[in-house]
Order: sequence, then C-alpha cells, then structure tokens
Amino acid sequence: MEIAPHEILDIEAIRRDFPILDQVVNGRQLVYFDNAATTQKPLPVLKALAGYYEGYNANIHRGIHALAEKATSAFELSRRAIQQFLNAAHVEEIIFTYGTTDGINLVAQTYGRRFLNTGDEIIITTMEHHSNIVPWQMLCEEKGCVLKVIPIDDNGDLILEEYEKLLSERTKFVSVVHVSNAMGIINPVKTIIEKAHAVGAKVLIDGAQASSHIDIDVQDLDTDFYVFSAHKLYGPTGMGALYGKRDVLDSMPPWRGGGEMIKEVTFEKTTYNDLPYKFEAGTPNIADVIATYTALEYINNLGKKNLAAYEHSLLEYATEALKDIEGLRIIGQGAEKISVVSFVIDGIHHQDTGVILDQQGIAVRTGHHCTQPLMRRFNITGTTRASFAVYNTKEEIDRLVQGLHRVRKMML
Amino acid sequence: MTINEKQDEIIEEFDLFDDQLDKTQYIIDLGKKLPPMPEQYQTDDNLIRGCQSKVWLHSEMQGTNVHFEADSEPTAQISKGLVSLLIRILSDEKPEAVASADLYFIDRIGLSSLVTSRRAGGLASMIQQMKQFATQQAAKNQTAAQSTL
Repeated sequence: MEIAPHEILDIEAIRRDFPILDQVVNGRQLVYFDNAATTQKPLPVLKALAGYYEGYNANIHRGIHALAEKATSAFELSRRAIQQFLNAAHVEEIIFTYGTTDGINLVAQTYGRRFLNTGDEIIITTMEHHSNIVPWQMLCEEKGCVLKVIPIDDNGDLILEEYEKLLSERTKFVSVVHVSNAMGIINPVKTIIEKAHAVGAKVLIDGAQASSHIDIDVQDLDTDFYVFSAHKLYGPTGMGALYGKRDVLDSMPPWRGGGEMIKEVTFEKTTYNDLPYKFEAGTPNIADVIATYTALEYINNLGKKNLAAYEHSLLEYATEALKDIEGLRIIGQGAEKISVVSFVIDGIHHQDTGVILDQQGIAVRTGHHCTQPLMRRFNITGTTRASFAVYNTKEEIDRLVQGLHRVRKMML
Repeated sequence: MTINEKQDEIIEEFDLFDDQLDKTQYIIDLGKKLPPMPEQYQTDDNLIRGCQSKVWLHSEMQGTNVHFEADSEPTAQISKGLVSLLIRILSDEKPEAVASADLYFIDRIGLSSLVTSRRAGGLASMIQQMKQFATQQAAKNQTAAQSTL
C-alpha cells in the first residue's frame, strides 16, 4: 500500500523548524498562506546566515587568509548544490544573481542586446509576471524587436496551437514562466522548448514558482536558461541563480563591470574573466549564497517528491473546501497545478477580503500579483491568493474557509 | 460641531467595540450609508491616487465651506467606509479648519494599522486630496482678504 505524504513527512516537526509560524497575529494564531510571495525560513537556514557572520565573514576568492578560504569554499559549495538541484552539466553554468528578476534582466541585457535585432520576435505568455514582460519590452524598445504573446484559455492553460502559429524563423527568443505565480498552473515547458528550438530560438524558463515544488532537470528540459530565487524555496532574500548553457553563456558579453569579472584591467583594454565570474561583478551576496546551500539541503532532506505530494494534497483539499463559499470562483483551473488557489468572490473586493482575513490572523496576498495583463484577460482587477508550503496544514485551510465565511457575512 | 468634536464622537462610537472585526464591520456599515455620488463626478480626475480600489472624491465650495462627496467602486466597501468617516469630519467646514485639522481619530479608533496602510484604500491619499483642496481655498480667502485691506 502506498504511504500518504503526510505520513512520510512529520509536519508538526517541520513546523517546529519555522518558529515564525508560532505567533499570534491580530489576536489569532497566524496562518501563513503567502508562500508564493516568499516562504518562511527554517532554523538551519537562519543558523547558516548567522554562522557565516559569526564565524567566517570574509570577502571571497582573492583572500589568502583562513577566513577568506572558508567563506570561498562555502560559497562555491552552494554553486555545486544549485548545479545538482537543477541537474546542470557544468558548475560554471550557475551564475549567482539577486533573484529571478535580476536573472531575466541579465539575459535580456546581454544575450538580447548582442543577438537580437530589428524585426526579431520574442514570445512570452499572457500569464507572465511583470518581471518577464518588462525586461523584454525594454529590449524591444531599444532594438526594435517585436513581442508576441501566447494566449490562454478560460481555465488558464496556454493554447499551444496558438503558440505554434506564432513561431517562425523570425522567432529568436521564447521566455516562459514554468509555473504561474497568480494561478499556480504548470506550463508544458518541455514541449515549448522543443518547438522553440525547432525554429532556432533560444528559451528562458522563469522558475520562480516552480523551483520549490517541481523537480527541475535543465538537461532533460534542454532549456538554454533557467532562473529562480532562493527566497521562494525556504532560502534568504536577495539571492537567486541563473542557469545558462555553457556555450550560450560564453557567447554573451558581460553585463555589469567591476571587480571579480575581469582577468586583467589596463586603461587601454580589459579582458574578462571566465564563467561564471564574468557575470558576477562586485562582492556578491556571500551570506545569502551560503545559506541557500542549507535551504537546498533542507528541501533535499525532506525529499522534493514528498513535498510535492503533500502540497498537492493541500491543494486538493483547499480546492474542494472552497466550494463551500458561495460566489467564489477559482481563477486558473488548469489540470496541472502547484499548491496555489487564486480566487474572486462575487460582490466583494479582493482588498477587503485580504484585510478581513488579516484581522483573523490569516496572511494571503491580494491584488494583481504583478500580472496585470493576465487579470485583464479574466476581466478582473485582482484576486485573493492563498499559496501553500510544506508547513501548512488542512486545519489551516479550514481556518481560511471559516475566515471567508466571515468575510461574506460582513460584506453582503 | 467642530472638527475635533466630530472626531471625539467617532472615537466614542468605536470605543463600543473591542474586536477589530467589529470595528471593521462598523466601517463597512457606515460606508453603506454614504449617499451615492452623482455619476458626473465619477471622473478620472476625481480618482484618489494611491488606492488599490477605485475611490472618487469631488470637492467644491458651498458658500464659505468646503464640501466633499465621495464614492467607491461598489465592491470596495472598506474604502467607502473610511472615506465616509473623513467626509463626516471634514465636509462642510471652513477651508482653514480643514487645512489645519489634526486627524487624531485615526490612532484613537484602534485601527491605525488598517487605516494608515495602503491595503485599506489609501486613507492617507484621501486626506491629502481633501486638505490640498482646502489649502488652495484658504489661500484664495487670504488673498481676497488682503486685497480688501
């Protein structure tokens, strides 16, 4: 007999790793359902951060002393951990960034500016986060490229036939979100990548939401770029990574100039460092990079498959439980989803819903979730979004349902 | 009733409730009582900036007093309730009094986290827009008074 995920994972023990959850907000025990915005950090990650500053804070790479050596090796260990996390072929294919947005901008400003020209087409989707729209619009303005958008159906799923119609020899780049932050829908990125490659386009996958929920294998996906943020996978803020195929990264010019990214500087000419340092100018976010290793270790210890199975059970439970709320409609009802429920309630503004849930100690996100074009597609101005992580429970989902009953009672 | 007397009255009303949810319910109910605003005033120019939901504010002089009317999109009931409180306190008062009003009721009704944060519909922007109008009118009054000297 198959063992249910909650029997494999000791959720109560996991919750003890996240002391922030054990607090009273507005007179009620906190329910934290804003995990798609950022997850909480387990104690080992907090200890790793403090441990670096307490024990071996030093600038990395060029230092000759013991602390610098120790910091450098912890820093580079994290790069190896991310390589394994994504199953990248080479460690130098992992570039540290400030997060997903930073990674997308890096690719747009280097690959995009070097290789895209007037009339070239970039394909994105209706459900992109603004961070995967605006960098490409900026590039289009500068280089005269054209942005094309894959539409979605009423469930929120991409219409792949329309994608195929958009593809042509003019398509030079495809940048698609792996999992929609506003709806939780998982996109068929492997198919999208294959079709893009068939016309010779390069592909970037925005993995901000996917990385903590889905097993990622960049070699199997055959993606040219993959970006994610550590703070959405139990790691620190201000830290992310860009994966790029080595030959593609090699072909790209550096972006930010400064220390670390050079081989030799003279006033006449500077030669640039090799991968990955070519793209890592300046003192990096050392502490957060190091603590990301611990976050990945934490996820690996729990087992990503166990996490996904448990979170999926929360999603199913919530989807069913929310049927109890009259006038509630879930936005994004695609077949493949991670643990996000985004919804609107007839006659009630999402902002009011969020305020009244907060007064009951329940933290959700309301608004357009930085996906205004997607909201327009559904003819709404925003939703209320509850997103679940491994430390959440069915009892907490019951609290959400009770909270929403209260919202309706107050408003209608 | 002066602006401060009206504020004190509101503080007393909110003192009847211990629970934040009950206070919020009271705000919602006050919003429901706000007379609807004529559609001609629901213009982009009258939209309050900084609100997540749509709230319109119309300001005019009626005699020697400033007069405010407001409305929100139908679903944004907390914003509507909040703006109704401001209208009760600041509308039909002398511009000088509105411009210099110290709105201490916000901290005292025990909902400062609700009413000061942008979540709840930009109360700060509402106040700013009301005071801006009042300040302009007060300046006009002063100029007029000086020219008659």
